[in-house]
Amino acid sequence: MISVTGLSKYYGDHLVLDNINMTVVKGEVFGIVGHSGAGKSTLLRCLNGLESYQDGSVRIAGREVRDLDRPGLLDLRRGMGMIFQTFNLMNRKDVFENVAFPLRVWKTPARDIEPRVMELLDLVGLTDKRNARVQNLSGGQKQRVGIARALALGPEILLCDEATSALDPKTTTSILELLENINQRLNITMIVVTHQMEVVKRLCHRMLLLDGGVSQVLGVTEELFLLPPENFRKLIEEEYTLIPGGVNVRLMFPREISQDAVITRMARELDIDFSIVGGKLERYLDDVFGFLIINIPVASLPAVRDYLSRIDMHYQILDGSGATERQHERAPGAAIMEGIRTRKSAIIRKGLGRE
Amino acid sequence: MEQQTWFAAWVERIEYIWPEFWTATVETVYMVAMSTVLSLALGFILAVYMILTHPQGIRPRPRVYHVLDVAVNLIRSFPFLILLIALLPFTRLVLGTTIGSSAAVIPLTIAAAPFAGRIIEGCFLEVDKGVVEAARSFGASDMQIIWRVLVPEALPAIVLNIAVLAITLLGYSAMAGTVGGGGLGDLAVKYGYYRFQGDVMFYSVVVLLVMVQAMQSLSSFVYKRLR
Repeated sequence: MISVTGLSKYYGDHLVLDNINMTVVKGEVFGIVGHSGAGKSTLLRCLNGLESYQDGSVRIAGREVRDLDRPGLLDLRRGMGMIFQTFNLMNRKDVFENVAFPLRVWKTPARDIEPRVMELLDLVGLTDKRNARVQNLSGGQKQRVGIARALALGPEILLCDEATSALDPKTTTSILELLENINQRLNITMIVVTHQMEVVKRLCHRMLLLDGGVSQVLGVTEELFLLPPENFRKLIEEEYTLIPGGVNVRLMFPREISQDAVITRMARELDIDFSIVGGKLERYLDDVFGFLIINIPVASLPAVRDYLSRIDMHYQILDGSGATERQHERAPGAAIMEGIRTRKSAIIRKGLGRE
Repeated sequence: MEQQTWFAAWVERIEYIWPEFWTATVETVYMVAMSTVLSLALGFILAVYMILTHPQGIRPRPRVYHVLDVAVNLIRSFPFLILLIALLPFTRLVLGTTIGSSAAVIPLTIAAAPFAGRIIEGCFLEVDKGVVEAARSFGASDMQIIWRVLVPEALPAIVLNIAVLAITLLGYSAMAGTVGGGGLGDLAVKYGYYRFQGDVMFYSVVVLLVMVQAMQSLSSFVYKRLR
């Protein structure tokens, strides 16, 4: 669907995107994650030709964006909706006219406009606001209008540029639910640019981490959150103050395991004592995963490692600074990875196989 | 009784100056209205080119923009009285005369068009860049962006600024009047200054003041309705 290879972009001498590679398959939700200024919005705009690029290739459904002539580019954009952090609606127009705008630009017959707009307003749950002035709407409602407008021309791809960054947490959740719903019902491919980890976890099947225009990590979201590489962990995990002395172990488990009383059973079976440093249960896509950091005496480490391997549990050993000692790492537990494979990412794997 | 005499004298005086006064008012309204409309039209075309070629515009062409920018500044930096005289040959070429209100409209328009262009360009630049980007994101063409996004979104601000333009032109028209254009400014100078008829000057200024106030109120009213 979308394939980016060796993409580089400069502003003058300043390199803003450095050799980016990514492929997005149909129906996938793909996250582009990073701090502000990492180049994620620029990368997004290269996809629909709002930004030019100097090196490499961006192909959308087989079409090289840079080689398109003017009508070709407009036609490409017709098939790609886009929503924005600041909504970018026309304040002087009402909700109906904002949603109808793309249809009017593409000269949709007048009699088809009304039913189409009402269908879209129904999809985003704003039928009662059709005549409201945009400036009287709340942030969440504005973004719903933005989504309806982006979907007006029936695009195959939806580009989301920090779509929830200006919204409060509750509204963010409702917008994410709407986007998830749209992805599933309309099978629209989505590229989601965000710095909010909750958005990635909730929405994205796979993700790309950008820093300073350089691709850092690319992979399936659950795998990356369960087994975060060094440069990604810094971004996702608040620092826990580790207990000095002993060994800090970070245990990760999917819901099936968390429902068993793994920790207490281990303590009983091995007859050891430990302290709990911190932990969290989090939602990834439609499943719940958790992690727990415990502190055990150094002497107990071999027994604990042996025990964790036996029950097929994934863990990491943390040193005092919070960095991982990579040599102590095990490959992800087979059970966990199997679970992941049977979930959402199966869609992607299938899609990737087809390409 | 004395009061009555004073009043009768005043009415007689007004009746005496009324015909010239009325003609001058009509001339001023004509000059300001014509030159406002014409300079708005020219300024609009100029502003469209400037917003297209603006370095952060729709189709950036910094060199073309730079040329337009300098040209606008050049004309705007002319003192109007100098421009008025410098344009006399041009006016004669176009209309065959340099006398009369119509002849004054030409230098007024030329002086105000860059000003109008600058004002409208400013209104266009005030339009949220994000809205323009949104329009581009679903494939609107450059012309559609100008006519369906920039113009409607900038319209209230443009209306508000038309009053500024018209009031400036009212001031200019007084100057144009003294070199043959007629109007209230001319009347005030001719009678009030050269013939020491202070009352004529006073009434002229009062009418000009009412005109300024009326234009400002009207544009503010329309602005509020549009916004």
